[in-house]
Amino acid sequence: MTTKPASKPTARAAAKTTSKPVAETGPGQSTERLSALYRTMSLIRQVEQTLSQLFANNEVPGFIHLSIGQEAVAAGVAIALLPQDTLATTHRGHGHVLARGMAITGFIKEIMGREGGLCKGRGGSMHVADLSLGILGANGIVGAGIPIALGSAMAHQTRQTGGIAVSFFGDGAMAEGVLHETLNMAALWKCPLLLVCENNGWSEFSPTERQFAASLQGLAAAFGISYAKVDGNDALAVADAAAAASTQLRAGCGPFVLECTTHRVRGHFEGDAQKYRDTDELASIHEYDPLSAARSRLLRSGIDTEAIDHEIAALIEAAVQAARSDVLPAFEPALRDVYTSPTQETRA
Amino acid sequence: MSNTEMRYVAAITQALRDSMRQDDAVIVMGEDVAHAGGSFKATRGLLEDFGPGRVMDTPISEASIVSAAVGAALTGLRPVVEIMFMDFITLSMDALVNQAAKAHYMFGGQGSVPMVLRTPHGGGLSAGPQHSQCLEAWLAHVPGLKVVCPSNPQDAYSLLRAAIADPDPVVFIEHKAMYARKGQVDATQTAQIGQARVARAGRDVTLVSYGATVQTCLEAAESLAGENVQAEVVDLRSIQPWDKTTVLESLSRTHRAVIVHEAVQAFGVGAEIAATLADEGFDELDAPIARVAAPFMPAPFASSLEQGYAVTAQRVIDTVRAVLA
Repeated sequence: MTTKPASKPTARAAAKTTSKPVAETGPGQSTERLSALYRTMSLIRQVEQTLSQLFANNEVPGFIHLSIGQEAVAAGVAIALLPQDTLATTHRGHGHVLARGMAITGFIKEIMGREGGLCKGRGGSMHVADLSLGILGANGIVGAGIPIALGSAMAHQTRQTGGIAVSFFGDGAMAEGVLHETLNMAALWKCPLLLVCENNGWSEFSPTERQFAASLQGLAAAFGISYAKVDGNDALAVADAAAAASTQLRAGCGPFVLECTTHRVRGHFEGDAQKYRDTDELASIHEYDPLSAARSRLLRSGIDTEAIDHEIAALIEAAVQAARSDVLPAFEPALRDVYTSPTQETRA
Repeated sequence: MSNTEMRYVAAITQALRDSMRQDDAVIVMGEDVAHAGGSFKATRGLLEDFGPGRVMDTPISEASIVSAAVGAALTGLRPVVEIMFMDFITLSMDALVNQAAKAHYMFGGQGSVPMVLRTPHGGGLSAGPQHSQCLEAWLAHVPGLKVVCPSNPQDAYSLLRAAIADPDPVVFIEHKAMYARKGQVDATQTAQIGQARVARAGRDVTLVSYGATVQTCLEAAESLAGENVQAEVVDLRSIQPWDKTTVLESLSRTHRAVIVHEAVQAFGVGAEIAATLADEGFDELDAPIARVAAPFMPAPFASSLEQGYAVTAQRVIDTVRAVLA
């Protein structure tokens, strides 16, 4: 992506790239894959649309950051992962954890702050994790998941698990020092670390072209790290690129940076009126919708995407009902669970 | 196993070696810990014994190496990361405070972060404002972190073994001026994090301390004994959690307390202990609780300034006399 300083902030440039997927699959397999990707994207989209409504309805405490428009990245990368792999994500991480297979009910209960939430209502949207799936957590600190994923990759290497670690981060994190430190260490030690940048052109409320002087490609090149850029709105393209990266990572070739250009449809957080964005950009943003693109292709192949959508909607509705009827977490058990094994009652 | 005389720094190396032998998941990482054996030689010989896969020199990237330890700990390893001077943890605070400390709680108890961060604090070496600080109070303030600070080679050994075996993140604070100190070490002796030790028994006043100033208190107690004042010295060993029971029991015998640490007095560990004693030990107190600690200024460089800054046995003695007056 090349961006020029613009008088009016725009992230349009983010979607102008085209990918060169490693197309090794036949038409039948391709449809089957796209169908699986669509199912994941539909799940993410519908869960987040539901969360948006629940938030507006005061049923979600705190604040949430939605990834609507970016689903293809989560779906495409997740399909390339193996059970032993690990991932660390961001404040905008719903898609990544759902694509990895996080239980919908436990997830929604967590976001709604219920006892039965995956993290017992202690983490919420920005800190949701499922260690049994290798999900080392969303993260409330921009960039913080990147070196955590590095350490996880080191552990895969040391323990010879055959796994890789994935760090999802946004373009805003390109300005964080830990990314630069991590690129250096991952390159030095040839860590099996897949760094996936979801470049939606926006660093919170500012266009990234005003935030970052370099390019991720240039940064990767500076450390001699393999790099690929892909249209992050094309799920198959992301899946192909992630699969190619994963093969290279598992072969011990060292880290890989995958930049996925995409669009953030919603604000930085729910309730953000986005007055800082160009109205034209927002008006035409749906042209890049990853679900629409996938849907058209699937319909041409005779796949009934509506049936998939309905099936998922029912799952989500059941999860929301379960969350609504779940209790709020009790205070005492949380107070007693700050440490894995409290040794003394003397802890002040 | 019989006792062996060794330096404080060698006790640390021995604890690392024994833990690494016992558990393949234990790795050591940090700046210059492998080939150079550590800035203070605490990791000397480990590279030769365990290889570069488990003893790793890292770049000078304090933020990411501690975060990487968190990620490694969440993926099945037990990393022991060295930060060369405690002053440098300022660069690692997100990893410690927002990541390591919170993961267990924040993830609903799903897992833990079994990592140790070893780092030396303390002055007395003219290392100046950015290489002398005692910042343990910052860490003890954070729910989810454990903070230990051994005062002698035996505790350095036993507490480090305990810290590495602990399922939670432990900050293990050493003292630069103590590395060369010798003592008997029995490798079969275990320590429990959160348990203090009465280093010297007495009936007239309780001196509460940890780390290097335990020795300062012992010297003061020895001197005070010549004035027929019997000072009891409690070595906390662990700051978070701290052993309130042992300190309150001592207070119930002596009815007077002086808290001694090298860190700045204001908002320090001593403030927490004093507040707890005033609250829960109020009926036992025959005198106000006193503190001997560093003044509210950056750690100095010139030796004359360091002398004014330092917590000395004489300052402890003077304070005890005032408390007993």
